Amino acid sequence: MSALNLDPNIDRPDDLYADLLAAHEGLTKDESDALNARLILILANHIGDRDVLKQALAAAK
Amino acid sequence: MTKIFETALYPYARSADQDAAIPVRHPVVIIGAGPVGLTIAIDLAHKGVPVVVLDDNDRVSSGSRAICFAKRPLEILDRLGCGQPMVDKGVVWNKGKVFFGDRRIYEFNLQPEDGHQRPAFINLQQYYFELHLLERIRDLQAEGKQIDLRGENKVSAVGTHDDHVTLEVDTPEGPYNVEADWLIACDGAGSPTRRMLGLDFVGRVFEDNFLIADVVMQADFPTERWFWFDPAFNKGQSALLHKQPDGVWRIDLQLGWDIDKAEEKKPENVIPRLKAMLGEEVHFELEWVSIYTFQCRRMEQFRHGRVLFAGDSAHQVSPFGARGANSGVQDADNLAWKLALVIDGTAPVALLDSYDTERAHGADENILNSTRSTDFITPKSEASRIFRDAVLDLSEKYAFARPLVNSGRLSVPCTYDGSALNSADALDGPARSRPGSPCPDAPIGDGFLLSRLGQDFVLLTIDAEAPDKIEAEGIQVRNIALSVADDPSGQLKARYLGDCDSAVYLIRPDQHVAARFPAFDKDRIARAVRRALGMEVEP
Repeated sequence: MSALNLDPNIDRPDDLYADLLAAHEGLTKDESDALNARLILILANHIGDRDVLKQALAAAK
Repeated sequence: MTKIFETALYPYARSADQDAAIPVRHPVVIIGAGPVGLTIAIDLAHKGVPVVVLDDNDRVSSGSRAICFAKRPLEILDRLGCGQPMVDKGVVWNKGKVFFGDRRIYEFNLQPEDGHQRPAFINLQQYYFELHLLERIRDLQAEGKQIDLRGENKVSAVGTHDDHVTLEVDTPEGPYNVEADWLIACDGAGSPTRRMLGLDFVGRVFEDNFLIADVVMQADFPTERWFWFDPAFNKGQSALLHKQPDGVWRIDLQLGWDIDKAEEKKPENVIPRLKAMLGEEVHFELEWVSIYTFQCRRMEQFRHGRVLFAGDSAHQVSPFGARGANSGVQDADNLAWKLALVIDGTAPVALLDSYDTERAHGADENILNSTRSTDFITPKSEASRIFRDAVLDLSEKYAFARPLVNSGRLSVPCTYDGSALNSADALDGPARSRPGSPCPDAPIGDGFLLSRLGQDFVLLTIDAEAPDKIEAEGIQVRNIALSVADDPSGQLKARYLGDCDSAVYLIRPDQHVAARFPAFDKDRIARAVRRALGMEVEP
């Protein structure tokens, strides 16, 4: 079973954080919720591995 | 013109039972002449078991109701001699479109796998399905089979005993009493039998209403399943359009929970809704309209002593996926051979417990699938709706999201994994034909495999030496000897041999695999027959 990586893994984390905020800039709450949901689905598909996704869901709880 | 479902097809006629001094005992009484009760009656009659069918009315289902019949039930009806008229009448379809708001987000094609006699699905009004079953019953009666179908016979009381069941039946000429060794309750989701016996029916109620309408129109919509999420003509809800025979279209509109059902059903309220959907210029006639709510639930046990429950009386699913009538026909398929063998003394009564475990397994699978479809189609929380809409949005542009769109996972038969009737898998063959599986069809010579299997225990041997027939536990088991030389398409090999050179399959009367081996071994097969009859088998 692949292990979910919970160690730092993002190059230039401040840039990623800024990208996230920029993506939500000017959106209503509903639009932001929809964007987040689409993003989760896209990332989940990219990961693909159901075991990793289950660990991610558990870690996020 | 009088509709077929407004015609008394089996009008009340006085039975000799009503004049008997002592209640007459029948081997089998079936309550309910719907798709499930009629299928069991036909199957039992084929096996020489006399049946009495009681129904509180005298006609076929009003409206299209079940509408969508899947490949496996059609194969079962082929076995019972009435698959062809269903397929001839039905509309074969495999394409669909999904809409979200005013956008068409994608199209799909459920093109079935090659090498099957029957299509993945046909659309056929339930009244035609029942009509063809009734015609089959008339043919069997003409051949001398004992099927006694009694219209306007309403069961008002059921008494259970160790070795029989007593019934009180109301008729237009007053009540009478009758007895049965075995009672099969096929009296629908609201089963009066279940209620009279005070039995459970637990599960999840969905707080939603759907308007279903059969509309007669000459329209140039293609033969496709169209499903709308949140369309402008039914804001915040869903809609389905599906073609049926005779220029009748089936429309399902989700209405939400807080509605006045009687009001919504009135033509003056239905017609504007349909016009908004179909367009003002389309001329149509409303044939039938109904409103339903649904539950996903089942009885804990489908067998209670001498009373067996089949179809919606035993389990109820949401309509998404066409898993109601389709699973009920599979209940009939599973139950009839077992009951026939128990009645003639070949099998122990314990065989009937496998009806409960196998079909409860099927019901659980259907409930799981139809519940998930319902959760997608009618989101119950804000988060659920946000994800649902995100999936639909993404599916327009990205292929990855399309498998997540769930407008109903259409009915497929279950494999009875873990059933006590299965022998351990002794062949390193394809997973799809492992013990417990429904036999996959395959082209053989000029025809198809399933039509060769019949309705008794058989051996299917492929490039294996075996006698023409064997006897085990009083059962004659015929050998259907095939070779890959009869298999130009290679589909028999792909579905039954895989990488093996030979195989011997023991197949049950319901065309599910009981056991499989690389070669013929009389003792192993005899043990597998005993196990498939629900008998104790030395390990």
